[in-house]
Amino acid sequence: MNTRPRLLRGGRIVDPAGGLDTVLDLLIADGKVAAVGAGLEAPEAAEVTDCGGRVVVPGLIDLHVHLREPGGEHKETIATGARAAAAGGYTSVCAMPNTDPVIDSPAMVGFVAAAGRAAGLARVYPVGALSVGQEGERLTEIGELVGAGAVAVTDDGHPVMDSGLMRMALEYAQAFGVPVADHAEDLGLSRRGAMNEGLVSARLGLSGKPNAAEDVHIARDLLVAELTGGHIHLQHVSTRQGVELIRQAKARGVRVTAEATPHHLLLTDDAVDGYRTEAKMNPPLRTEPDRRAVEAGFLDGTLDTLATDHAPHHYDEKEQAFDDAPFGVVGLETALGLMLTHFVASGKMTMVTLVERMSTQPARAFGLPGGTLREGAAADVTVIDPSVRWRVDASEFHSRGLNTPFGGMRLTGRAELTLVDGKAVHGRGGQEGA
Amino acid sequence: MTPTLSSLGKDLVGLEDLSAAQIRTILDTAEPFKEISERRIKKVPVLRGKTIVNLFLEPSTRTRISFEFAEKRLSADTVNLTAEGSSVVKGETLVDTARNLEAMRIDMVVIRHGASGAARFLADRIPSNVVNAGDGAHEHPTQGLLDILTIRDHLGGVAGRRVCIVGDILHSRVARSNIFGLLKLGAEVAVCGPLTLLPLGIDALGVRVFRRVEDAIEWADVLNVLRLQLERMTAGFVPSLREYNRFYGISSRRLARAGKELLILHPGPMNRGVEIDSDVADSPYSVILGQVTNGVAVRMAVLYLLAGGAPEAAEAAKRRGVG
Repeated sequence: MNTRPRLLRGGRIVDPAGGLDTVLDLLIADGKVAAVGAGLEAPEAAEVTDCGGRVVVPGLIDLHVHLREPGGEHKETIATGARAAAAGGYTSVCAMPNTDPVIDSPAMVGFVAAAGRAAGLARVYPVGALSVGQEGERLTEIGELVGAGAVAVTDDGHPVMDSGLMRMALEYAQAFGVPVADHAEDLGLSRRGAMNEGLVSARLGLSGKPNAAEDVHIARDLLVAELTGGHIHLQHVSTRQGVELIRQAKARGVRVTAEATPHHLLLTDDAVDGYRTEAKMNPPLRTEPDRRAVEAGFLDGTLDTLATDHAPHHYDEKEQAFDDAPFGVVGLETALGLMLTHFVASGKMTMVTLVERMSTQPARAFGLPGGTLREGAAADVTVIDPSVRWRVDASEFHSRGLNTPFGGMRLTGRAELTLVDGKAVHGRGGQEGA
Repeated sequence: MTPTLSSLGKDLVGLEDLSAAQIRTILDTAEPFKEISERRIKKVPVLRGKTIVNLFLEPSTRTRISFEFAEKRLSADTVNLTAEGSSVVKGETLVDTARNLEAMRIDMVVIRHGASGAARFLADRIPSNVVNAGDGAHEHPTQGLLDILTIRDHLGGVAGRRVCIVGDILHSRVARSNIFGLLKLGAEVAVCGPLTLLPLGIDALGVRVFRRVEDAIEWADVLNVLRLQLERMTAGFVPSLREYNRFYGISSRRLARAGKELLILHPGPMNRGVEIDSDVADSPYSVILGQVTNGVAVRMAVLYLLAGGAPEAAEAAKRRGVG
């Protein structure tokens, strides 16, 4: 990196990994954090950014996004997804392998990684498929996938119904130090459900996925992880029983990390009323007791990471009858604002804990660089303006997907500047951008 | 053409959206229209010049024909569109189909669709009046209305009457429209069927649940017996039609044991010997053919009201005959 040095002056530096929550300066040189301290001198030719009133945090990391490339470029590409990530304050995203073709070979992993580097925006980490073709039958060459750059394996979108295969993945992946990410859904119980099974589905005449479809799968995989000593990463936990099962497993010492999504933290299946396809995702929005349990789990760290499950779709695909529309909502450009507004500003969660859930802990869970502002670390930094008021308007998204259930919502706070390796990949409000 | 704002609003998507007063208005308006179908010349000019498209994207015989009779007896111009042989099988989306029809300056669309919410979807996107003729497992409001009208005809009222819907509630739009409509009019409503065919938590809608059909018969004044679709057996919801008939079929033996007169409704088409035995279907208790007759009158009332007709003018409209 031969960019100019940059001094972020006078921001509130929140770095849980380094135990920091203080107003300080942060100096970046050669793409790395050069110094964090009070009254730092700006080197010659340094770009100085006044961060008064801003919060400077290690770049946000999203462990769960769908970038749709290859095969779904009308929904999103790796470049548009990485641009949306940067705009949302994310410096790293983990791309799920359920593309067409599936990311199940070293060559495909290499393709995603290379496209991410070429975009030069947020870092794009490929996640490899757990089974060949995500068909749930035999393991991929996990060692080679990791060698090519995969940071985890998963059959996300195609739940692993064979417990024996899940066992082998949890055993085999340990040699290569990657977690098994798990979309927990028993397909026999969820059948062809289009939303949560409950009063709303009964009224609307839509087929439902019961909580139990997720719970039995979570319970199974926690037990298999316990048996094998493998690291299970439970994706997008949406049920009260699921949260409790994870809490108990953590207490027993099972190696488990878990995601909460902004939509499961903030919405219930009432949002589906009127057959709103922008509120259709999998797992579905549940009931208020579930939402409250997911929130409690997110606050106490049972669900230790925030992930968006960013799932862009083309406008036409969502402009259909509810049953015919695909599952998924976008999230990269709204997650930070939603969390700042509904968790930090409302006093439910401190800024420090939010940064832990959105950066520190995601980095740890998938063993990624980043998640810290210690000296010598790559300068992946997000500067947050915590007081700017804005309104969610999908037409302003950088993502190709406009499918947000939060359209029109008024939020306070968002990313003002996003740096990857010290280079600005996003800036707004007078800051320079990509 | 700008739609006229009627006493029902722009559309009839479901009975859940209507007030008790609106439902009564439709039933009362259906009364004078019943008589038109008994005349030698079965036609009045109240919808003359109106164009109605019957967009039936799922197979239907009786509902489609019933709507068509209702439209023709009100002198509307009608066009029928089914999925087969239309642009829909060429991959045209529902919204494009609707917009193309709209561009031909139509006044109303009657839609039957396999997906729950399809009628609402269409109603939100085109200015024409939309009438739901059945959307997935959501609602079939004109069927609900004709069932309620039939109950009212025979029992003199609906409030306080006990109506049990028997069979596949889970997949039934008829059940939902009956539940919403009957509850609004003050009836007591119950459902009965194998638990595999009842939506989880259905009692939260305000209905009783009977697991044994004998208990339902004991309790009810009216049974609305739903068709058991044969594909429910192949999908495993019930082990066999024979067993279904044995435990849930409405037989004269079961009715006789209750020692009282029950009104028997069935939305058709019947599977004789499965959900209903022939001796019940053909008995004096059965008002199944009366339902069919009422269907035309109710649909005339709905079309008339949506087109902006005044409820109190229906009697006069009827007398005008063909102009």
